[in-house]
Amino acid sequence: MAEQLTIGFLPLVDACLPILAREHGFAEAEGLSLTLVKDVSWATVLDRLLYGHSDAAHLVAPLAIATTLGRGRPAQPLSVPFVLGLNGNAITLRPELAAEVCPEGRLGDPAQVGGALRTVALARAKAGAPLRFGVVHRYSSHNYMLRYWLAGCDIQPDRDIEIVTVPPPFCADALEAGEVDGICVGEPWNSVAVERGVGRIVLATAQVWRRGVEKVLALREPVLAEKRGAIERLIRAMCRAGRHFVDPANWEANAAILARPEYLDGDAVLIRRAISDQLLLSRGGEIVPFVDFMFQYREAANFPWVSQAAWLYSQMVRWDGMRFDPADAEKATGVFRPDVYRSALMGTSEPLPGASSKVEGSLSQKMAVSTQQGRMTLESNRFFDGRVFDPNDIAGYLAQLGRQ
Amino acid sequence: MLWGLLRPPACGIDAPLMRIAIVDESAARASIIQEGLASVPGCEIFVVTERRGLVAKISEIAPEIVLMDLGNPSRDVLEEYFAVSRVLARPIAMFVDESDDEAIAASIDAGVSAYVVDGLAAHRIRPLMDVAVRRFNAFARLQDSLAEARSRLAERDEIDRAKRILMDGRRLTEPQAYAEMRKAAMDQGRRIAEIAQAIVMAHKLMGGK
Repeated sequence: MAEQLTIGFLPLVDACLPILAREHGFAEAEGLSLTLVKDVSWATVLDRLLYGHSDAAHLVAPLAIATTLGRGRPAQPLSVPFVLGLNGNAITLRPELAAEVCPEGRLGDPAQVGGALRTVALARAKAGAPLRFGVVHRYSSHNYMLRYWLAGCDIQPDRDIEIVTVPPPFCADALEAGEVDGICVGEPWNSVAVERGVGRIVLATAQVWRRGVEKVLALREPVLAEKRGAIERLIRAMCRAGRHFVDPANWEANAAILARPEYLDGDAVLIRRAISDQLLLSRGGEIVPFVDFMFQYREAANFPWVSQAAWLYSQMVRWDGMRFDPADAEKATGVFRPDVYRSALMGTSEPLPGASSKVEGSLSQKMAVSTQQGRMTLESNRFFDGRVFDPNDIAGYLAQLGRQ
Repeated sequence: MLWGLLRPPACGIDAPLMRIAIVDESAARASIIQEGLASVPGCEIFVVTERRGLVAKISEIAPEIVLMDLGNPSRDVLEEYFAVSRVLARPIAMFVDESDDEAIAASIDAGVSAYVVDGLAAHRIRPLMDVAVRRFNAFARLQDSLAEARSRLAERDEIDRAKRILMDGRRLTEPQAYAEMRKAAMDQGRRIAEIAQAIVMAHKLMGGK
């Protein structure tokens, strides 16, 4: 009989892999029966995971680490054996603000948009009405990407600019009401704001960090141990779903599935755009292609690199005002479990990298890497400012950022 | 039994009231919970149903306990506020007592989350949570039976519409039209409401109204 797994998710395009694993029978083929539970806040997705309503959850990556470190609630160790995708978020500004900082008709250059935004931000802060940006969660990659970009453009978050939490479904409303001047959110919510004429997309987060870790599949550590076999089969099913998801032949059908009421309950046209790397930047404008806007499969995108967890921890230290603590760093990096990913995919056609950690931001062009299985080429993984993150020297990296 | 756990203010007027905020976008549910908690001595209850200005409202109320339904998208907003603000004297922890897994599971099952000022005595909170959980469950049952009644009503409407289509289109009397539908339902092993739905749908597709 098929083994039951319950997976919590938020209605976002990057919840696609577990959804498609279920819908296309990939899970069933692995002897799994998936039940998907939709919620509307990360807090509730996490509660259900911690109190056993779900076995696994679609989760913003930093939240898995924050939960393990006991930030904001009692510590509970989580494990991440699979990354659900890289990037897929965008920065959308109110049209008036966008007009001041970014040329029409194309995505901006991060440094240039940041430079222009700095002028506006400092003027607004001086006038006592600082710019305010919305992110979907305090412990989200959106928050860290936005802050990384702002700070890299010499706009100090929490001093020159306010950053608040806005739930994705309310992002367009918040822009329209002037509650926020900009948002950093996943799809389809940027497009919803664009369609309503209340926002213009100025940057994709992939421009801030070309290969930034986004959502993950998170489980309680004891649940992973207890259901290890089923989870490894789930990983195989989600890899197949990933291969299916990135094939242009399937975009139409997959967009229609994701748009259903029980999943995203959204507009299939907008969802199809996001999964085919097409962006409508402003209402009435032309659709602009942006390669690898979402990144769900190639280059072993789902491999949980320990260095990704280390980078997230470094940003948590940076923005939560924590002290760098080697013991915390070890706990944080231990959340990502490449060993589980490897054992799930050993002997399949999926490539497995030779290393489990890499220097993030170090590649500016294609490079073949050594593997444990299969062939693998990594493309550019640059940060917009050219900075490089060495996971073995988090303290040095933080010191460098502090001097910015 | 549970009420007994909550001691009324020890010395009347001097004991401070416990301030409880109920955040719920459903005004109906909020009032059901409010009514339940009103019977617990020693608390002062505030209801917030509006999403806009939630954080400002909470900071103004300065509650010791916040109850919020799990289906509220603003939970992340509130948690962030608790994490960064100093308005509520001490950091706020989710749930009273980490070891009280049973109570936590019960509240998650019922669909209510609680935020409590750290250090607030567990014996004061537990009975409140019990009331809140019972009220959430009662509301859910109410919703279910309401939904069931609504769908029965909708079905009856649909059957009437389908009957009317058959009467008009095939010049049948009302009992004949109903008999036709019942026969079709029996032949196909489907419910009469499903047959009615199919007739109405087909009629619409054929350009009827």
